[in-house]
Amino acid sequence: MICLENVSKTFTLHNQGSAIIDVISDVSFSVSGGECVALTGASGAGKSTLMRMIYGNYLTQSGAIRIGDVDLVQAEPRDVIALRREVLGYVSQFLRVVPRVPTLEVVADPLRAVGVSAEDASDRAQVLLRQLNIPERLWSLSPTTFSGGEQQRVNIARGFAHAYPAMLLDEPTASLDAVNREIVLSLIEEAKARGAAIIGIFHDEAARARVCDREIDVSRFASGVAA
Amino acid sequence: MTALLSVKDLSKRYGAHIGCADVSFDLYPGEVMGIVGESGSGKSTLLNCLAGHLAPDAGQVVFDTRTDGPKDTVTMSEPERRMLGRTDSAFVHQHARDGLRMGISAGGNVGERLMAVGERHYGDIRGKATDWLERVEIDSARVDDRPTTFSGGMQQRLQIARNLVTGPRLVFMDEPTGGLDVSVQARLLDLLRGLVRDMGLSAIIVTHDLAVVRLLADRLMVMKSGRVVEAGLTDQVLDDPQHAYSQLLVSSVLQV
Amino acid sequence: MTDYNFAYLDEQTKRMIRRAILKGLAIPGYQVPFASREMPMPYGWGTGGVQVSAAVLTPQDKLKVIDQGADDTTNAVSIRTFFERTAGVETTTTTREATVIQTRHRIPEEPLTEDQILVYQVPIPEPLRFLEPRESETRKMHSLEEYGLMHVKLYEDISRHGHIATSYAYPVKVEGRYVMDPSPIPKFDNPKLGDMAAIQLFGAGREQRIYALPPYTQVVSLDFEDHPFEASKADQICGLCGATDSYLDEVIVDDAGGRLFCCSDTDYCASRRAAGHQGTVLPTSEALA
Repeated sequence: MICLENVSKTFTLHNQGSAIIDVISDVSFSVSGGECVALTGASGAGKSTLMRMIYGNYLTQSGAIRIGDVDLVQAEPRDVIALRREVLGYVSQFLRVVPRVPTLEVVADPLRAVGVSAEDASDRAQVLLRQLNIPERLWSLSPTTFSGGEQQRVNIARGFAHAYPAMLLDEPTASLDAVNREIVLSLIEEAKARGAAIIGIFHDEAARARVCDREIDVSRFASGVAA
Repeated sequence: MTALLSVKDLSKRYGAHIGCADVSFDLYPGEVMGIVGESGSGKSTLLNCLAGHLAPDAGQVVFDTRTDGPKDTVTMSEPERRMLGRTDSAFVHQHARDGLRMGISAGGNVGERLMAVGERHYGDIRGKATDWLERVEIDSARVDDRPTTFSGGMQQRLQIARNLVTGPRLVFMDEPTGGLDVSVQARLLDLLRGLVRDMGLSAIIVTHDLAVVRLLADRLMVMKSGRVVEAGLTDQVLDDPQHAYSQLLVSSVLQV
Repeated sequence: MTDYNFAYLDEQTKRMIRRAILKGLAIPGYQVPFASREMPMPYGWGTGGVQVSAAVLTPQDKLKVIDQGADDTTNAVSIRTFFERTAGVETTTTTREATVIQTRHRIPEEPLTEDQILVYQVPIPEPLRFLEPRESETRKMHSLEEYGLMHVKLYEDISRHGHIATSYAYPVKVEGRYVMDPSPIPKFDNPKLGDMAAIQLFGAGREQRIYALPPYTQVVSLDFEDHPFEASKADQICGLCGATDSYLDEVIVDDAGGRLFCCSDTDYCASRRAAGHQGTVLPTSEALA
């Protein structure tokens, strides 16, 4: 489902003396449906960078990143947009939404984008929000005013609303209490069970051991000094 | 899929000065593209050339029209171009005053485009006007009030209603949230996002506000001195800018 | 009379105006620019109409001048006298006898014939003026037939008054092409514009525009499907001649609120009375004095 071939990334900082920073080079691995792979390595090894490259958020200089039959490195923006809408989900640690939009709509939004009716999308959003213990009285409010933990759970609900065949999880359980952590892990297990290919970064070792089938140490791709 | 707008080597000069040069891109139905750059970078010139308000010196702007399929708006006749501007495309000005008739009621402002394309039933026109006022969150009881009595944010929403009433497929926006209070901006952004999704609209938005493009635009073009220096997915350009100027632009944004 | 060229204007000027008139006739409803001259009367007193009349008058013509239907108001009297002195043409108050009729804000009740020319005095020739102040833009709108804005004006009327309240200078579309201001005639007169046997010429002196309707031109008053055009008039009969089909003026006859409705077309009213028709009010000589 997700397949990386000889992927490399450098940053060129034009405004800081054109410093060139090689982050990772020659990355190759693949993840099949139903499999969850953890990226590991010390802080700064390039885990997040690699994750962002797989999402198309960072530009990849060379190699190929295939999600299904799309090569992200070569794809046109609109293909990447379609891919993100239908196939590739991403749960980051940070929530980024239009201010003022109610939480329920924020969570239902990915479903609306793939053509699910407003009603069905809202139903699914309610199930997720309830599952993640977001009090119902907050649903009509914008999540921008929520606490960090609440925002993260809204973000997870949003990320799991649509059943993406491929998912990227960046610290999904960080800063969650035991109860909510458990719920998120079961969401991940459900996604695996339905055949999603998942790549995740988990600092929480117990969580990693429970949901991940393999680990890939990113440090071995590190080239030179990491950013 | 046919591109809704296919731009090839578009250039516009003001004497020796370059307005915009060698701009090419394809915009597909449902896509929202942002154009950013500092003042004088040519983004407004480009937008006006795309919308047919300015005649470019060279290049093509091929619009996939509803009635006749792809046609070059640069070479089409003036009546055709103006008709296109009332049916398939629309233009939202930065200053609502430039896009509204201030001496005419809100209903008349929204209804004008309908009447311009031949609607001649008062009841229908008024019905659509009030419906659109509600869609842009203006109390329909104000349908007979003049825009001079509206706040800046309301005027901007009225301008959007007036533009969208004929169901255009592509909307050009020049700094649509410029000059508005931050709270009003947020409301407008939310409204635009909803309309883009529900109507399957495509849009080209010129702005210098990177937060606006991050929330609204799928794709981004960065312009400097009349040229496109970088283009790509919005979040990719903002989070991993490649060109020196884009890096400067992104790193210059003040963090709140 | 010998001190003036025939009909005041010099021959070159009249030729220039005639060319504008011919062009106007060739493109019905289109506003033809012309080099309007200073006339010995203030703008707003019919300088456009006077120049058009001067250009079409021949020594054999018989001229009638009306102001809001009346032959005996200041504007009508002074213009009639002007042409008596500068052209030496015969004048008349009888609609049927006149070959050239200059009018301010009315069309005579009696149907005109192919042997007659009706000259209108026009204050503002541009029907789009109050909607779009830029002349460059209104010209473009005419040339591109962008007339949506004209309906916006009517829309505003209905939204404010519940009906189309424009009661004079009601915009018309000529031969399905140009939208034209028919000068400030009451909309009661609008139906007479179309299919008229006489030539209709419109002159705007200050605005330097001439436009025209050749005989038997199609003229349609703009409207909405659900608010159709209506040629309205006061729902009264003429107090003097009893006419039910003519456009009426309301005249306050005393300081106790007494009022009289009578034909605005004085010739029409007088000829009906001469034929023995009588209204409900027989005004005393004091009341009319």
